[in-house]
Amino acid sequence: MQNVTILVVSPRPQMRDVRGETLLRSLREDAHVAVEHVSTAALYTIRSPRSVEELEPARRALFTDAVVEESRWDQRPSIPCRWIVQVAMLPGVTDNVGRTASRALEEMLARPLEGEVYTSSLYLFDGDLQRDDVELAVRDFLANPLVQQWRITAAADWRDGPEAFLPPPIAGADHPPRVASVALDISDDALLRLSQEGLLALNLAEMKAIQAYFHDPQRCARRQAYGLGPAPTDVEFETLAQTWSEHCKHKIFQSTIDYQDEHGTSTTIRSLFKSYIVRATEEIGRRVDWLRSVFHDNAGVIAFNEEWNLAMKVETHNTPSALDPYGGAITGILGVNRDPFGTGMGCRLLFNTDVLCFAPPDYSQPLPGRLLHPKRIFEGVHRGIKDGANQSGIPDVNGAVVFDERYSGKPLVFCGTGGLMPARIGGEPAHLKTARAGDYVVMVGGRIGKDGIHGATFSSVELDEASPASAVQIGDAITQKNMFDMLLEARDRQLYRCITDNGAGGLSSSVGEMAQFSNGCELDLERAPLKYPGLDPWEILVSESQERMTLAVPPEQLEAFLALSTRREVEATVLGTFTDTGLFHVRYAGDTVALLEMAFLHDGLPEMRLPARWQPPRFNEPAFACPADLTASLLQLLGRLNICSKEWVIRQYDHEVQGTSVVKPLVGAQNDGPSDAAVLRPLPDSMEGVIVANGICPRYSDIDTYHMAANAIDEAIRNVIAVGGRLGHIAGLDNFCWPDPVLSPGTPDGPYKLAQLVRANQALYDCCTAYGVPCISGKDSMKNDYHVGDVKISVPPTLLFSVIARMPDVRRAVTMDAKQAGDLVFAVGETRDELGGSEYYAMHGAVGNRVPRVDTQRARTLYDALADATQRGLINACHDCSDGGFAVAAAEMAFAGGLGMHLDLRAMPRAAAVTRDDTLLFSETASRFAVTVPAAHGAAFRDMMPAGSCGEIGSVHGGPEFTITGLGGEVVIASRIDELKAAWQRPLAW
Amino acid sequence: MKPRVLVLSGCGINCERETAHAFSLPAVGGEAVCVHLNDLIAQPDRLDGFHIMVIPGGFAFGDDISAGIVLATRLRYRLDRPLSRFLGDGKLLLGICNGFQVLVRLGVLPAAKGQKWDQEATLTTNDSGKFEDRWVYLQIDPACPSPFVQGIDRLYLPVRHGEGKFLTRDDDVLRALQANHQIAARYIGPDGDAAPYPWNPNGSVDDVAAVCDPSGRVFGLMPHPEAYTHRTHHPRWTRESLPEEGQGVAIFRNAVHFARTHL
Repeated sequence: MQNVTILVVSPRPQMRDVRGETLLRSLREDAHVAVEHVSTAALYTIRSPRSVEELEPARRALFTDAVVEESRWDQRPSIPCRWIVQVAMLPGVTDNVGRTASRALEEMLARPLEGEVYTSSLYLFDGDLQRDDVELAVRDFLANPLVQQWRITAAADWRDGPEAFLPPPIAGADHPPRVASVALDISDDALLRLSQEGLLALNLAEMKAIQAYFHDPQRCARRQAYGLGPAPTDVEFETLAQTWSEHCKHKIFQSTIDYQDEHGTSTTIRSLFKSYIVRATEEIGRRVDWLRSVFHDNAGVIAFNEEWNLAMKVETHNTPSALDPYGGAITGILGVNRDPFGTGMGCRLLFNTDVLCFAPPDYSQPLPGRLLHPKRIFEGVHRGIKDGANQSGIPDVNGAVVFDERYSGKPLVFCGTGGLMPARIGGEPAHLKTARAGDYVVMVGGRIGKDGIHGATFSSVELDEASPASAVQIGDAITQKNMFDMLLEARDRQLYRCITDNGAGGLSSSVGEMAQFSNGCELDLERAPLKYPGLDPWEILVSESQERMTLAVPPEQLEAFLALSTRREVEATVLGTFTDTGLFHVRYAGDTVALLEMAFLHDGLPEMRLPARWQPPRFNEPAFACPADLTASLLQLLGRLNICSKEWVIRQYDHEVQGTSVVKPLVGAQNDGPSDAAVLRPLPDSMEGVIVANGICPRYSDIDTYHMAANAIDEAIRNVIAVGGRLGHIAGLDNFCWPDPVLSPGTPDGPYKLAQLVRANQALYDCCTAYGVPCISGKDSMKNDYHVGDVKISVPPTLLFSVIARMPDVRRAVTMDAKQAGDLVFAVGETRDELGGSEYYAMHGAVGNRVPRVDTQRARTLYDALADATQRGLINACHDCSDGGFAVAAAEMAFAGGLGMHLDLRAMPRAAAVTRDDTLLFSETASRFAVTVPAAHGAAFRDMMPAGSCGEIGSVHGGPEFTITGLGGEVVIASRIDELKAAWQRPLAW
Repeated sequence: MKPRVLVLSGCGINCERETAHAFSLPAVGGEAVCVHLNDLIAQPDRLDGFHIMVIPGGFAFGDDISAGIVLATRLRYRLDRPLSRFLGDGKLLLGICNGFQVLVRLGVLPAAKGQKWDQEATLTTNDSGKFEDRWVYLQIDPACPSPFVQGIDRLYLPVRHGEGKFLTRDDDVLRALQANHQIAARYIGPDGDAAPYPWNPNGSVDDVAAVCDPSGRVFGLMPHPEAYTHRTHHPRWTRESLPEEGQGVAIFRNAVHFARTHL
């Protein structure tokens, strides 16, 4: 007999209810709900034959912190209120706390629970509120109907007892597993409909390729021998859809493109990926000796030193984050953690880096259907990343937050992770791996549920009304952490031969990809551990349930491997064997349910041919006179969302765990200035360092994506230079997030968007080869559109360029804060009239046309000179000039250092065309820095810089004044560092 | 012989490597070994071979239910006897951040009334409602009996927690802690005076950052001494003239020195 009893834990009356207070504030300020008081309680719904008497010791010792909490069975806290709201998970949604509670209860009871614990929250609202107000508060702030359920009860109607609460969300169904066959002998229209309705994201050519494959008579005969009919099973069909998804196969980057430029000249590009990205890396690879593994593994690998390699990967998790910001982001960060972990023989994870793109949090337009408010997305995504990263013990060292209204349809959530692997394990290069026929297929980590089914195909379509809840799931950092800890032990004991992660496409992808090494596999799906009963074989195969890795374990190591996993309480299951039959062979309870030829699975995908046409846009050139009060302009710029302090975001990430931190994300006299890049010291007894930086500037895409990409790459690299790095040992990672560029009735401007993609790739090739920075890994997300009814919102074409660099000695690192009075201030790099796409123009409601153009040849020389000066210890502070231009960079340096500056624009190196003070102050010309140098080193520094690239424009002083003299010899900016800093800190000081 | 240090690992603990490294620094002189919680449960007698035990920072069991409670429950139910023996022998037990939360849940800290396994205090949700990573100034109580803090006046270390607000069960416990000088370290402002948030980062009563048991041999603190062992850990090392050794090292050296001379 299963009893259900509910334990209600609430703050003791005289204790603060911090959660309630926080919620009260946001309900009043953001939702304008007239709530007067909010109290909270944690609920544990225990379904078990154990009696309340047996559970009572756990109530006191485990569930209740008696110093600050009180608790009771089946009763709400006796607090005066008007409304009572319970928010619980939907059945099957990951409940981490519930699972931990079950295990801890069993530890105390010293016997099985024979049931489960489910957690939920209770909110007690007081104030003059109608049910509608409460509904609004719940829907907009407390709960997400995709993952949660709730019950609202008027206090007057409340009767204590188990029935007052929601029943436990028991997951699973009691039906026997089913395998269906999919009839493909249907019309083209019906084929397309089948793809659409099944969320398979396959186009007609692909559907017809599958149709043709199954028509082959020889194949039919073989299938018959295995007990299969001529039509594909749902298991086969789903496997093909996952493996062939845009997400897994990067079809657009592989397609043949007919590109026409603005002069009408046509070129045919056979694969953007191969023509630009791979080609650049191959050319650079002939000149450098530190590339280890590029493009084909889960992350890129470079050498760090003789004994160690570095691996890095950046991923996106945009669509899930749009639907459930918390769950989408936590699975994003935990998911990308598995990439370097599943690279080569595996990595110890060193750092996370996150770049987030949202619509402004003060967005006040009406929101189209299905969209969450940008502030809610921002907060939820941030909380997800924070929880995932902090709980995993991986420092979140660097990142950015970018705002643009066009991210209201889909936010972009870029999560990156780096890891450190030994150069060799057991004498073999650790960045290589293979699976051999006869090795066991072993799945390790979490169990399989229906969560995350169709994630790969779903992210390959636009967000619309039909977007399903099943693609949303919640991560479990501790299950993954335990798995990683255990697998590192297994790696060092060489207990496995091959490892990869279960991400998009689940087992169908992970096993399918690894089976390429041996050329085949056999799986027995009934062995797979499930979270709850009732999954059909196809669901088991494609489920994207998190926290799982797939390994190839040699037979002679299986026993040791399983023994270790048992000791570490990490679930490991043999699901089958790798073979050399050329077949992807799946059984369920002995019956064959899928039999696909490996060659077809991986290479049967028809190639796309797509049109691209470039037509440069023309914007009005804004015509306004240089403002009389440039101090006001600077203050206003500092308070713009893309420039202002992100301390609220950063402070909540653990950026120091593991003890490797050298340059932190917040630096300066008060530990609150904006650092350009992270520097880490991964080996505790060595001074060798790693630099991590990012570049992203989507605003320039409005003018020309070639320059958008060039500036993003330059920004990432100049951030490395700014903290003391140098060209020569820097690797890049490209992450393209684009609106759908495929011509279709819904996307009539596809050829333009595809041309934008072509141009960004051209820039990537040009800049990477010029700087000698090879891309080692990358990702593309090509359907970042929202389309419901007549409303279509597409993200601006966005390239995130991330870099990882080696630094021989971290003690040479430089931070951006002005260090001491008397230091000279230099403007380094020529300023040109390039306000197109700038924050300054955006502030004036304009785009303009003169987008910054990267001159890589000049920049190279400058970067080398600056690195030499840093090496010689001539530089006290260096800050990259990006959004807001030189004036913003100089102001940030001053207030981060707690020191004033007197500057004079007349000494600034500039192109002849620049005649206005505002242009000099705010132009976003690339490859520039603000640098402070001790007076004694001034001459030496100037001599080291290339001719015409550097001007001594003033000095640092001990007072608060920050002044800038204009070209006319008059002071054009007169402010104080406290005033500047306040303007910069105000917008996101939540 | 070098004093032996057991650094607990596994189950969501995540600072074990840098903590073991800090104890093993040449300037500290310990011999630290990371031991997985489940391995210790399987062979509890292993604990007898160590002089110092550390529960490092992290998110043991995800800090589910409340911070440290599930690890404390497992220790109480599975390692009760070897731990009692370890403490009875007068050996040193250190809890850092999450480890401090565990020791408080277990009731081995602060044990102001001398009764172990009785929870007298808690470390609860920060007043800010947020997990925060920020550096704090600490004033050591010169009369504190703990070997961990002997000879230390002030420290500058990072805190990284969401649940670090120290509260006692009642005023009696707090008064006893004050009277016994068990409040080993308090948060202070940069000028050395008591100061509100963010200097006291969580709202702890009496600015408590670290406590010890009456013997001083059980010691817990929210800040992370293992996160400041080298000059380049300091957030302002590029602008201040600092010694090569970080301020956190003193705590580990003290512990190892005490073990060498007393255990």
